[in-house]
Amino acid sequence: MSAIQTIPIEWYILLSTVLFTIGVAGVLIRRNAIIIFMSIELMLNAVNLLLVAFSSYLSDSKGQVFVFFIMAVAAAEVAVGLAILMMVYRNTKSSDINILNKLKW
Amino acid sequence: MITEYLFYLLSFLALMFASMVVLTKNPIHSVLYLVLTFFAIAGHYVLLNAQFLAAVHIIVYAGAIMVLFLFVIMLLNLNKETEAHKSIWLKGSAVVASGSLMVVLVGALKGAETIQTTNTFNANIGLIENLGMTLFNEFLLPFELASILLLAAMVGAVMLGKKSIK
Repeated sequence: MSAIQTIPIEWYILLSTVLFTIGVAGVLIRRNAIIIFMSIELMLNAVNLLLVAFSSYLSDSKGQVFVFFIMAVAAAEVAVGLAILMMVYRNTKSSDINILNKLKW
Repeated sequence: MITEYLFYLLSFLALMFASMVVLTKNPIHSVLYLVLTFFAIAGHYVLLNAQFLAAVHIIVYAGAIMVLFLFVIMLLNLNKETEAHKSIWLKGSAVVASGSLMVVLVGALKGAETIQTTNTFNANIGLIENLGMTLFNEFLLPFELASILLLAAMVGAVMLGKKSIK
């Protein structure tokens, strides 16, 4: 017994949308760069969940293969991003992103 | 029946923990709530017949990425509230903006559920056998390119992490 027979896909679309929105709100509200990274992870996971849901409902395994690639890209992004964050902290002694406003305008 | 209750429980947990990631003050608590969110999402994968993906999700996200986050937070000594707060107007407008984005997304995705498939129903597509066949038959080139991407990310992280770049 799986979710495919009993739960309509609209629920999964709604759940992924709300998760994605929470991630967007986190990026907009917080100022700590690490929390912003975590919110980006949250958004990636909302998209992953929607891909898996559609893949299961349409009985097509290509969506789940896409999730693998998104995971690989997310791992690479986190490794490079946290390295950049370490460099920023080493130079400014802070993880506040409002210091990094030279690229703003 | 029990599937529906499990879906509601996992959805509630995922949304609550995701909100706590954004709202909690201490970065370490944020990471731990994010791990719990990932576990709830892995439960959703199991409900959706994607068992192998659920296992990979827990290993990669909860096992690898979150440990990296924890290491960085502890290296930077951020385990206390040092964050300056944005003004209440900025926070309010951020919430309004993300709420509008949610409305737009819900409206844009309306009608996506009417997509019909020509595939016959197959409950086994999430098993490693079928996923491996798809991955190495149709997605062989992207798979190899992903390895190059990971190598480049590793080299970049090591370069950035060095004390001084000459």
